[in-house]
Amino acid sequence: MSEKILDIQEERLSFFTPAGEVKALNGVSFAMNQGDVLGIVGESGSGKSVTAYSIMGLTAYPGKLVGGKIWFNGHQIDQMSEKEFRKIRGNEVSIIFQDPMTSLNPVYTIGNQIVEVILLHTKKSKKEAWERAKELLELVGINEPERRLKQYPHELSGGMRQRVMIAIALACEPKLLIADEPTTALDVTIQAQILELMQDLRKKLGMSIIMITHDLGVVASMCEKIAVMYAGHIVEYGTTDEIFYNPQHEYTKGLINSIPKLNAAEKERLVPIEGIPVDLLNPPAGCPFAPRCKSCMKVCLREMPPRTELSDTHYTYCWLRQKEEFEKGGKAE
Amino acid sequence: MENLKKNPLSLHLNVDDFMPATNDEKQSLVVMRESVNFWKDGLRRLRKNKIAMVSLVVIILIAIFAYVLPAVWPYGYDEQIKYSENLAPFEYSEKELARIAEGESVFPHILGTDRSGRDFAVRLMMGTRVSLSVGLLASVLVLLIGATYGAISAFAGGWVDIIMMRITDILYTIPDILLIILLGMALKDPLEAISQQPGFGWMQKLGPNMISIFIIFALLYWVSMARIVRSQVLTLKESEYVTAARALGASSGRIIKRHLLTNCIGTLIVTTTLQIPSSIFTESYLSFLGLGVAAPMPSLGSLATDAVKGMNTYPHLLLAPALMISVMILVFNLFGDGLRDAFDPKLKN
Amino acid sequence: MAKYVIKRVAMGIFSVFIVATLTFFIMNLVPGGPFVSEKSISAAAQQALNEKYGLDKPLGVQYVNYMSSLLHGDMGLSLKQRGRTVNQIIAEKLPVSCRTAGIAVAVALCLGIPMGCFSAYNRGKWADNIIIVLATCGIAIPSFISSVLLLYTFGMNLKLLPTVGLNEPAAYIMPVTALAIYPTAYITRLMRSSLLDVMGQDYMRTARAKGVSSVKILFKHALRNAILPVVTYVGPMLAALMTGSFVVEKIFTIPGLGRDFVSAITNRDYTLIMGTTILLATMVIIANVIVDILYKIIDPRIKLK
Repeated sequence: MSEKILDIQEERLSFFTPAGEVKALNGVSFAMNQGDVLGIVGESGSGKSVTAYSIMGLTAYPGKLVGGKIWFNGHQIDQMSEKEFRKIRGNEVSIIFQDPMTSLNPVYTIGNQIVEVILLHTKKSKKEAWERAKELLELVGINEPERRLKQYPHELSGGMRQRVMIAIALACEPKLLIADEPTTALDVTIQAQILELMQDLRKKLGMSIIMITHDLGVVASMCEKIAVMYAGHIVEYGTTDEIFYNPQHEYTKGLINSIPKLNAAEKERLVPIEGIPVDLLNPPAGCPFAPRCKSCMKVCLREMPPRTELSDTHYTYCWLRQKEEFEKGGKAE
Repeated sequence: MENLKKNPLSLHLNVDDFMPATNDEKQSLVVMRESVNFWKDGLRRLRKNKIAMVSLVVIILIAIFAYVLPAVWPYGYDEQIKYSENLAPFEYSEKELARIAEGESVFPHILGTDRSGRDFAVRLMMGTRVSLSVGLLASVLVLLIGATYGAISAFAGGWVDIIMMRITDILYTIPDILLIILLGMALKDPLEAISQQPGFGWMQKLGPNMISIFIIFALLYWVSMARIVRSQVLTLKESEYVTAARALGASSGRIIKRHLLTNCIGTLIVTTTLQIPSSIFTESYLSFLGLGVAAPMPSLGSLATDAVKGMNTYPHLLLAPALMISVMILVFNLFGDGLRDAFDPKLKN
Repeated sequence: MAKYVIKRVAMGIFSVFIVATLTFFIMNLVPGGPFVSEKSISAAAQQALNEKYGLDKPLGVQYVNYMSSLLHGDMGLSLKQRGRTVNQIIAEKLPVSCRTAGIAVAVALCLGIPMGCFSAYNRGKWADNIIIVLATCGIAIPSFISSVLLLYTFGMNLKLLPTVGLNEPAAYIMPVTALAIYPTAYITRLMRSSLLDVMGQDYMRTARAKGVSSVKILFKHALRNAILPVVTYVGPMLAALMTGSFVVEKIFTIPGLGRDFVSAITNRDYTLIMGTTILLATMVIIANVIVDILYKIIDPRIKLK
């Protein structure tokens, strides 16, 4: 049994904006073991990036943790100071951002930016750090690493830059790698290459990965477990097979229905999810998805549904599943 | 309680709860934020900006001070009161004291009087009026000339654009002060000659100097406005929604009206507002050089310049207009900044 | 780089030539002349003076004569400061203006950059608001007013500082302050908004995610990107200040070039006007080339064309 590396319990996080408190996370809980690959999916504003950033203490002002506990690799994150965060950032946990075009500092060479993180967290000398940087570029599949180290970000293509970002993230062999939509800004062919690289690296280095994306194709190919987020809640959690073949939450079903199918009948149309995302300034009292849900019931509008355990690895928050249990129970009586 | 809520069976659920909810019920839960358009949103942001709102109030007060108060003030700006020269604030001359003794009420000289016995408070008001008018009118002139020039340059493109922009570059390199003084000299005689002609009496009233100031502004200060407008139009011209509109077959006129103008207008308003303080600034500088409006019409700059000589004895004659100029430039700048933050957050410096 | 500099210098010389030509003709076309206003001089004497300085010749000839001597580095005799050449006047006055301008710009940079950074780091807090309002005041107060007020308070009222000339170090304090107020305020605002802009960039988040300390983020990652607008502003401003500020020089009675320039314009000292204008244009162009090169050094993305 591998050790637990990340444990998030009932995390609540709000952004205190001039317009009011935006409740970005409303009680998010999940855990990860060493070597797990977890996919977090959901639409924009569902809280997937915020969840990941909060593990690194990157939810800057006006974001504030208002409740819950987070343990990572023996640290209690929710109690940590900025100074303590700096020691684990880029070292025990690192991140790859969405847009490689803007995520590298334009005025420093690639080498300088890789070496910076090595010098920061290891006791290596400058020379050793440059050696390590060269190794890293080779590791992420960049040819002519010597020459590349001396180049500036604008001299590299998008795919190359994302490889450099991965090299920076892997420089100190982190326990957990967060990938925040790492392929969204890239061409489709480059996307495939980057995903392949990440899978490869994971096998080699054995770190845990949190993959944040709205692309279900990406999670299907990479992740073992999936958390579906909606309006700051994890609405369904399970293994990849459970989520894809046995989705239990109406939102998950909607997401899966909206994937184009190759074998679909010619005239079959894509099924979009109707309605607009909830306003997190005034979240509804009941299930956040209720106003867009086709099978919405009266109770859904009033009460947040409780957790329904479907298997050891699969759970969801939906009144429909509760209703089934209730009816089962009712019939038994 | 928390536990109770989480356990559904202990809640009072009944069958009705599991009935499908109607659309109306669902809709009632969707709290829609009021949808706001560009102007409403900008105005709301502006209203929330305390510094900008205070500045606006001060601007209104200054406008009342400059345009309304002189009409009800008991003294005229060019009225020389005999034996009341060089009075300190709230001081009365002997003659006035005698009149008060006779039971007459004499309005106090709040800011004293100047060398020629003119009430300084009303001169300050008139000076503010002149400076404010110059600032406003010059800014409008700059807007008209600069925006037209910049827009033509951007639309024409190619050689026309290059030549037009070279001209602005050269105007930029020649020292302002050289052109200002030479223009001032060159315009003086012809303008005076014109104002003598019948039908040009209004020029006499305004003063040929004032007209030459406007001409100087119109000729010199449109350059940066032209550049801003040009770059704005160029960016918009290349923007994807304009390409999209063109692809949909929209006519040039429609593109200009619907897309370019509406997107430029924020920048234009902000730049014009920020031009006002710089026009006031320049006018006071011209007055310091002795090229401002002609006596007896005062401007804030000329009032301050006149007071420099006697500042040891009568510092208030210097401080009052100096303070007025600074406050005016300050509030217009702060208000302009507020407008920019509200309507054109991208335009910074 | 060398090719670029040569190209820019060539373009610069051409621009100076255009500016000189325009100035020459504008100056001559405006009614009046150097000796017209001097009533004490008889018509014959005026004629003699015009002949002496070559002003009796047709304008075209005058222009060609001036330009050819300019090519040899000779800017001619001053028409009003009898017996002195324009070269002499500039050589004497320029260092004075350069010194005050240099100190003022150094002060402006040393104060403006840290204040702008501090303000941006405390965005929205009271310290930020105070700095913004102060900086806006600094931009709002015309230099002749701040100079006069300084002179009145510290020179005449409190008698702390000398009011005339630049004969002792303390004499620099007031003129330098008066010159530095505007650029300090401007740089503060520029630095603040530019730093705020940079702080919102993705690469700043990357730096934080790497575990870089906030001090190092500011000095290594933010400042180098944020300083660019300041560099652009300081170049031409320094050039303009170095050729003298009329207002400050007049109020503090400093023997600088700015006063000579304005008096040359008002009493039509043609050769001095030309000399000073050409000097100013040259300095602005040099400053712009230096700014471009600095830009290239700071930001590798810039290509010098």
